[in-house]
Amino acid sequence: MSIDQHVLPGPEPVLNLPACHKEEDEYEMVYHKPATMVDTAMHYCPGCAHSLVHKLIMEVVEEMDIQEKTVGVAPVGCSVFAYDYMDIDMQEAAHGRACAVATGIKRLMPDKYVFTYQGDGDLAAIGIAETLHAVNRGENILIVFMNNAVYGMTSGQMAPTTLPGMHTTTSPDGRDVGYYGAPIKVSELLAVLPGSFYVTRQSVNNPNAVRRTKKALQNALKYQQLHKGTCLVEIIGNCPSNWKMTPVEAAKFIDEEMVKTFPLGDIKVPNAEDLKIF
Amino acid sequence: MTEFKLMKGNEAMAEAAILAGCDAYFGYPITPQSEVLEYLAREMPKHNRIVMQAESEVASINMVYGAAGAGFRTMTSSSSPGISLMQEGISYIAGAELPCLIVNVNRAGPGLGTIQPGQGDYFQSTKGGGHGDYRMIVLAPASVQEMADFVYLGFDLAEKYRNPVLMLSDGAIGQMMEKVKFKPYTRPEVDKSGWATTGKPKTRKRNYITSLHILPEKMEEHNRHLEEKFKMIRENEVRFEEYNTEGAEYLFVAYGLSARICQKAMDMARQKGIKVGLLRPVTLYPYPYQRLNELAAQVKLMLSVELNSGQMVEDVRLAVNGKVPVEFYGRMGGMMPTPEEIVHHLETLIQYHHVN
Amino acid sequence: MNSLNDCRQLEELIVAGFGGQGVLSLGMTLAYAGMVENKEISWMPSYGPEMRGGTANCIVILSENKISSPILSQFDSAIVLNQPSMDKFAPRIKEGGLLLYESGNIFKPSTRTDINIIGIPATTEALLMKNAKTMNMIMLGAYLQLKPVVQNDSILEALAKVLPEKYHHLLPVNRQALELGEALARDWKPELV
Repeated sequence: MSIDQHVLPGPEPVLNLPACHKEEDEYEMVYHKPATMVDTAMHYCPGCAHSLVHKLIMEVVEEMDIQEKTVGVAPVGCSVFAYDYMDIDMQEAAHGRACAVATGIKRLMPDKYVFTYQGDGDLAAIGIAETLHAVNRGENILIVFMNNAVYGMTSGQMAPTTLPGMHTTTSPDGRDVGYYGAPIKVSELLAVLPGSFYVTRQSVNNPNAVRRTKKALQNALKYQQLHKGTCLVEIIGNCPSNWKMTPVEAAKFIDEEMVKTFPLGDIKVPNAEDLKIF
Repeated sequence: MTEFKLMKGNEAMAEAAILAGCDAYFGYPITPQSEVLEYLAREMPKHNRIVMQAESEVASINMVYGAAGAGFRTMTSSSSPGISLMQEGISYIAGAELPCLIVNVNRAGPGLGTIQPGQGDYFQSTKGGGHGDYRMIVLAPASVQEMADFVYLGFDLAEKYRNPVLMLSDGAIGQMMEKVKFKPYTRPEVDKSGWATTGKPKTRKRNYITSLHILPEKMEEHNRHLEEKFKMIRENEVRFEEYNTEGAEYLFVAYGLSARICQKAMDMARQKGIKVGLLRPVTLYPYPYQRLNELAAQVKLMLSVELNSGQMVEDVRLAVNGKVPVEFYGRMGGMMPTPEEIVHHLETLIQYHHVN
Repeated sequence: MNSLNDCRQLEELIVAGFGGQGVLSLGMTLAYAGMVENKEISWMPSYGPEMRGGTANCIVILSENKISSPILSQFDSAIVLNQPSMDKFAPRIKEGGLLLYESGNIFKPSTRTDINIIGIPATTEALLMKNAKTMNMIMLGAYLQLKPVVQNDSILEALAKVLPEKYHHLLPVNRQALELGEALARDWKPELV
């Protein structure tokens, strides 16, 4: 028996609508999910950076009108299902191998926009060789590097980017730098290679940061037209679940702790000469 | 002068790759097959094809994954330790159903082993190699000519079944020179638009390449689908060659280089009045179980000759199912059995089994 | 020694020496000449660190019929260019076979009496020609004089194929070396037939 059947018959209720009321189609659309995203619910935790960054990339793809020309490579990690959300052709790479897979795609289709989307475990631990060599060859791809200092998918183990003293499930007493070394600063490391063209580190923990990240992604995809080398956009991601924080605490943690090791901002920018054509 | 060329097996394979329309080759140097990368580094750019020396075999097989996933005819080659490194990628390629050609110029192992020829990778090639439930079509060339021919065949089969194909050669076949003729080749039309990631037009759904099926129901469904495909391969793609099997009382079973040595041994034995034939599996997967089973009704004894400690012999025994004795003779470490040695072993076995 | 007729049907030869002595190219020239004559051929090199100064060898088979095993343990003939190769391969020559050796590098030839053994001072002769690298062609010339498994014309054609084009100015001196080798072996009379 449904609830409806309990409603007693009677006169239509009179709704007192405010004077400013508009029917749905009378509203002006000021924000919408990009058409380049698949209309489905995401599996990401509340407060996670991935969903936001997925959307930013797809917004840029939509705005640049390059959906037909874009091929993405998903990693192994929390964003392993990226191809369920991004409405573009994608390949799922083995753990750490996204840059090698992207090399295979881009070398055969040099006029396509190719990007990898990788976490810190994927890119900086198991896949550091593929990443470093792809950048050194100056593969004309965009690497979106999601750095949240932990292994997310396997639920919070220590990553190569875990902060000194940071507690994870495999560094229960905090990361001992004497034992495991200091966190790898991937962007600084790759910026010294002549093959990298544009390297920047951003975050998405406040509206301004989101805008800057989107701008970075726009730049990086645009620069792919130049065939000048690899673009790396590192994004410090919030991971409230594995950091054992509320989303708000996680956003604060980035500003208060993460940036000490991973300062935000551009690390390598193209010279004006290279950007003349834009 | 004929249209024949004198080439190393490795070079013939590389030239055939160009003629077969291979769009991209990714590889890493390793003896005894570095000629392939060298040859293609020189020749591929002339044809506007992609050739790349990767930073490792791990990278090269994943570059193959990317290019094959984008719908291109792609290959790699290596030798045993390098093929071991590729196993992860091969498993992903099989799981994601990507067509590609992988060539293993087998050297003797385990470990770093030696650079001399071996057949110790039979298990790895035919029984899995990487993780999970998958099979590769495995072609075993026995001459320089076949090193070339099987490139065309390998690509065609890979695309027909959307499955990786492995050519299992060895250091001797790769390094030796013989006459080779590049036959005219027509590439079958294959429509890859339903899955290749070439960029999504508005008119179709997105294509994505993945081997991930997190729901057990979906994963099993995918496994069943793959198994259907392997069943079709087993039914349609068994290839083998027979020599003097008619009226033979004994049978050598050998593939690749071993089969060449057995041919000589067979000739020597027949001169001595021993009626021995030879079955050479050309495909190691799918394996000619049925034909061997039929021959078990005819011959008194089978001898599997391999450059390992006894791997394919297990498949011969499986095929024969106890009907006749199946024995093994092998040399390892890059050592070669001489034809005389093989004949002597056969004579000893005939006496031992009282099957004369 | 297998008769002229026999060796034209099937010749199983090993060439062995130090890396850099031209062992592989000697064998390859012969294999190429076999192909020019529509024979079945195989050239099986030893490979690996040998390339970098160790011992090198190659097995060359020329046949009127399809070749089974490219790897052999017994040979109709051997051309050996250093002592280790002499020690290793002399015992593997078939009875009545031919052992041709470079007498400047080998001081202890085989003492077998059931094979034909002949030393050629190819290194000295090559130095007299002012081109040490032609030593292998002098040996090949001598071998072909004793075992004419292929025609002279085929060898010359093969030489042009095996020698990279940038070295084609060296074709005449190689031809000269072949002829010299033939002359050196011409007067030799086999004690065994």
